[in-house]
Amino acid sequence: MSGRDAVLGKVRRALGVSGAETARTGAVAARLDEPKANLIPARGQLDRKGRVALFAQMAERVSATVERLASPDDVPEAVGRHLRAHNLPMRVRNGADLVLASLPWEREPHLERLEGASDGRDAVSFSRAFAGVAESGTLMLLSGEDNPTTLNFLPDTHIVMLGAEDIAGDYETVWKRIRETYGPGKLPRTVNLITGPSRSADIEQTLILGAHGPRALHILVVG
Amino acid sequence: MEITADRFKENARHALADPQLQRALNHVRHNFIDKRAKAAGALPEFEELRKQARAIKDHALDHLDLYLEAYEARVTEAGGHVHYAETGEDARKIILDICRSVGAKTATKGKSMISEEIGLNDFLAENGIEPVETDLGEYIIQLRGEAPSHIIAPAVHVNQDQVEADFRRVHTHLDPNRDLSEPTSLLAEARAILRDRFLAADVGITGANFLIAETGSSIIVTNEGNGDLTQILPRIHIVIASLEKIVPTLMDASTILRLLARSATGQEMSVYTTVSTGPRRPEDPDGPAEYHVVILDNGRTAMLGTEYQEMLRCIRCGACMNHCPVYHAVGGHAYGAVYPGPMGAVLDPAIFGLEKTYELPNASTFCGRCESVCPMMIPLPKLMRHWRDKEFERGLTPSTQRYGIRFWAFFARRPWLYHLATRIAMRVLGLYARGRGRFTSLPLAEGWTRHRDMPAPTGPTFMALYKSGKGRS
Repeated sequence: MSGRDAVLGKVRRALGVSGAETARTGAVAARLDEPKANLIPARGQLDRKGRVALFAQMAERVSATVERLASPDDVPEAVGRHLRAHNLPMRVRNGADLVLASLPWEREPHLERLEGASDGRDAVSFSRAFAGVAESGTLMLLSGEDNPTTLNFLPDTHIVMLGAEDIAGDYETVWKRIRETYGPGKLPRTVNLITGPSRSADIEQTLILGAHGPRALHILVVG
Repeated sequence: MEITADRFKENARHALADPQLQRALNHVRHNFIDKRAKAAGALPEFEELRKQARAIKDHALDHLDLYLEAYEARVTEAGGHVHYAETGEDARKIILDICRSVGAKTATKGKSMISEEIGLNDFLAENGIEPVETDLGEYIIQLRGEAPSHIIAPAVHVNQDQVEADFRRVHTHLDPNRDLSEPTSLLAEARAILRDRFLAADVGITGANFLIAETGSSIIVTNEGNGDLTQILPRIHIVIASLEKIVPTLMDASTILRLLARSATGQEMSVYTTVSTGPRRPEDPDGPAEYHVVILDNGRTAMLGTEYQEMLRCIRCGACMNHCPVYHAVGGHAYGAVYPGPMGAVLDPAIFGLEKTYELPNASTFCGRCESVCPMMIPLPKLMRHWRDKEFERGLTPSTQRYGIRFWAFFARRPWLYHLATRIAMRVLGLYARGRGRFTSLPLAEGWTRHRDMPAPTGPTFMALYKSGKGRS
């Protein structure tokens, strides 16, 4: 008998079921086919302006830095400004994201841009978030050639562009959006929910930033 | 790890006399409790979320067979592989076979209690595959050859100067005069060393906080980012998870996530919550080429459908041990089993057998703090009491205790005799105290009088007073 049959058999015997009861299969199918949100905290249920403000406040509380920009056209200079202010090399790595590619990079002529996944030798990466979640200041990034997952973890500094209109109040709204984009039950390989830069408190419960992931997370909220 | 739970009392005595450990435990006694209270208090819906989370897990457990099948179908659809393991031995063998299929020499590891439960590291090492723990706390205890003493803060029993000594002992290729006096320099050193190991590993092994039936995804929750580097850089990603980690949908996981970090570390959200589905897609520039999930039973189906089923709601936040006066006093190692604290006192007997672990359900004052902070509303004291009943039924209780209880029961079942005996005992004790009002030592109660005086009875028993009508309003 395979491990599968043995384990599922034990589960069914323990629950006293055969697995064919229509009430049970119906309940499971209904829950999976139409995923419903449970209680959503009131905190993030604000208008657009309120969501952007709450997102920034929550992200800063967990040691991310947030900069508001009026237009996508301002992004290249904001990236350059951040690198100069922190004495970082004028070089970033990003994915094939068309929104990033269409930014007016000529406004920052000394900035070198590399494309593709990271092998661990990049100081700074630049990504575009699929969404932000106001209630906890969380970014949601999707894997793929547009925004490779290695860019979220290997470089010391991670700069992320986030459209103000993409800031939701809660996670559930974003899961719904992903479901609409990818289809029911489908997800990209990796969905990263990121709340602040990497940290550890494993030595005497002292919180230190910059464990294995980025030491700094800079978020450009656009629009 | 070697199970030494049957020597809990001896372990506890050593722990109480260990100044290094007592210094480290100070951090648990204060930090975790204040932070959790603040985080829970800042979310008005926290209590209602607990109730909903309990209902989600109860529903998932009642339909576990169907959700496992749905989950497996989605994983397979996404190009991943699901393996079922009845025992720890089965799981170890499945993982070894996967590692051998690519001739793996090293496997990086994200923090996983299931890995501890099945003794994976020793097994891999015996078979020529070097396991590399990458969570800072796990890395520290791996260097020290220890087991975790806490389910979310594995090195909570270690002080900073001990970490420094371990790093100097093991990282011999580095300058012996380097400065390691600050936690930041220790972290930076571990980060640099582990970065190379991440990039060189053939296989990455992580646990899972949740398995999502809706999408066939595994979710890990970390602060360091080590779990992510473990699972995106090597050729193969193996997830090892026990079967009760299944929740129906991403919506359901979101509800429980709002409780997890707040209950564990007092954060609103942990830094990285990562949802992984299958291997990398053809167009993906990074991610693992193979994705395997090993679903472990190891005693859990025997809890299903019994009075212990509620324990399978546990999400491993550690709040119960953070609030436990016994854990505060002796730390995690004294329990002598994989899972310490109140949740361990319920889970360890189910996994490792009551014969070896019956001391653990007794290592509790039943103060109830664990249950009051458990985000999944698990009635931990009640479940420990069920194990105590089983312990007595199976004759595992030491004979002195059994005879003691039988002796007491003889009197308790005969109220007139009981009242007579207590009246005599009180009078004798009163005489024995010779009017001092307290005992500095008392036969059969040395355990008490060694640390404090025992008050002496100063008058009639409560029942005698009650019958006489004095003190009644």
